[in-house]
Amino acid sequence: MALLEIRNVIRRFGDFAAVDNVSLSIEAGEFFCLLGPSGCGKTTLLRMVAGFDAPDGGSIWLDGNDVTGIPPESRNVHTVFQSYALFPHMSVAQNIAFPLRMAKVPAQEVTRRVDEALEDVSLTGMSARYPNELSGGQRQRVAVARALVNRPALLLLDEPLAALDAKLKERMQLELIGLQKEVGITFVYVTHDQQEALALAHRIAVMNQGRIEQLDEPSKLYGFPRNRFVADFIGTCNILEAEVVREAGQRTRLNIAELGEVDALAGEATRPGQRGVLALRPEQVVIGTQLAPGPDENHFAGRVFDFLYLGDVTLYVVELANGTRIEAMLPNSAPGRAKFFEPGDAVQISWRYDAGRFLAD
Amino acid sequence: MPSGRFHKWVISGPPLAYLLIFFAIPTLIMVVASFRQPGPYGGLAPLLSGAQGSAGVALTAENYARFFTNFLYTELFLKSLWYALITTAGCLLLAYPLALLIARSPKSQRDLLVLLVILPFWSNFLIRVYAWIIILGPQSVFVGAFNWSIGLFGLGPVRLLYTPAAVVIGLIYVHLPFMVLPLYANLEKHDPALLDAAQDLGAGAWQRFWRVTFPLSLPGVYAGAALVFIPAFGIFAIPDLLGGTGGAMIGNIIKQQFLDSRDWPFGSVLSIVLTVVAIGLAGVAAWFARRVRQ
Repeated sequence: MALLEIRNVIRRFGDFAAVDNVSLSIEAGEFFCLLGPSGCGKTTLLRMVAGFDAPDGGSIWLDGNDVTGIPPESRNVHTVFQSYALFPHMSVAQNIAFPLRMAKVPAQEVTRRVDEALEDVSLTGMSARYPNELSGGQRQRVAVARALVNRPALLLLDEPLAALDAKLKERMQLELIGLQKEVGITFVYVTHDQQEALALAHRIAVMNQGRIEQLDEPSKLYGFPRNRFVADFIGTCNILEAEVVREAGQRTRLNIAELGEVDALAGEATRPGQRGVLALRPEQVVIGTQLAPGPDENHFAGRVFDFLYLGDVTLYVVELANGTRIEAMLPNSAPGRAKFFEPGDAVQISWRYDAGRFLAD
Repeated sequence: MPSGRFHKWVISGPPLAYLLIFFAIPTLIMVVASFRQPGPYGGLAPLLSGAQGSAGVALTAENYARFFTNFLYTELFLKSLWYALITTAGCLLLAYPLALLIARSPKSQRDLLVLLVILPFWSNFLIRVYAWIIILGPQSVFVGAFNWSIGLFGLGPVRLLYTPAAVVIGLIYVHLPFMVLPLYANLEKHDPALLDAAQDLGAGAWQRFWRVTFPLSLPGVYAGAALVFIPAFGIFAIPDLLGGTGGAMIGNIIKQQFLDSRDWPFGSVLSIVLTVVAIGLAGVAAWFARRVRQ
């Protein structure tokens, strides 16, 4: 039995369905991510799990009990808010003690557990500070400690790292992963940042327009996006309008208008004439002046349109004969050889057939 | 930075001058007056006594001695203090729910509701107090209905006008906006996420109020309490109009000393004691408030 079960949940605001018949189940001990662009319904869904909002249809089950109509204060679910929502008039220790006091835990045990929680988030010695005396990362840790201190069945995190700078964000991600392993509490993490989701979660539900587009492990989501939205949203992806010509075993022959035919990995049941897109990750595209393509490789000529030097890699935008632009990513591993091509240079690109995936419309 | 300093003086000069001329100097005059003798027909006796400067400056502590030896005045102070405290408490109890209601209503309605709170200021203060004479008077429908309803329990009838109760009702009425506005200004700024967080962490409605909303609103409570308590302590118009003979507060006696008894030195003594007591109480309250927060 899953720890959290969301069954056919619908939430409408007027004519707009913010959450449109979503079902999913989350296992105990899982680090689960709800990922999607803003307005996709992920926060609305989270608020319904926390109890701040009620579904217009469907039900939410926690640990085998229907909690749909139960108010937040009576649910064994705690939330880390985006703004942290630390009580400014309480010290760090008082903030963390708050849920314990609400649960009428004896004073001695409160002290002990607050100390433990402070240790868990490496804030020992900060107990007397007030929230306005803490840095962003420290506040974030207090918010997590406060939400975890009385061991909820489920911890919800609503974009908790959004306000932190990139370096700190990365460190907090590692800390969150470690903390989740240590306490063993189920985390449901909402974010619009696909990199963050890929880094943190055991499983990710990609949401768009109130629906789940794909629910999978991070590597599957990245490597095998099920549709155009997921391919485009997770990482960067070249998307080319294509039509199926024929199926041949492992391969699907596609026709790309004004460019020619390419091979792609056969996807779910396709048939000739079917329209869709070819999805191709930039790091799978090889770029060079003289390429000798093998039988498994697709191959085109073009010109460098522009490039972005990103430090570890350079992203080239190559314009093909039909005006289509394809991104190719090259690692800058060799020092001093960061740049290979200038805009306007004639180049060739190629990629293995199984790097491209056909996604039917 | 001479120019920066110059600008600072240009900006702060006029208000400083105003306070000096109309507040500091008059206060000083009053302090001096409290040590002088009353003139035979009111006002003050000449500062230089005797003929041709044979004697020195005629200052006396007699006026203070009169205040401290006659228990009547201390009693009046205590009574005024008591009225002012009840008024502050009454205003707080009435204003808090109102301010909370306004602060939690939709943004589009808040301005209108605040406007309604300050609407009474648009009519004259005395006219509003005179209206209370009618409302609290024996012919009043309200008093009639009140007496009828307590009559059901075998009580009453009571008279309201020209009683201490009428004074307190009037005091609360007049000062209510001064409590509502600072409270609203405070409550409106509260982050609603804090209440969500409290609820999420297990706090029911009552706990959310006592542990989050109320402690965070304390600066507003203090500001409102000061704005109500200090003027209510020294007011004379309300007890004059609604209090009758038994309802006099210290403000009435001060007014009486200056206008009726024409004893300016003693009036000054009472004014100074009033100011010192009010400042002292405010200081104690502030000190106490800071200790509570630690």
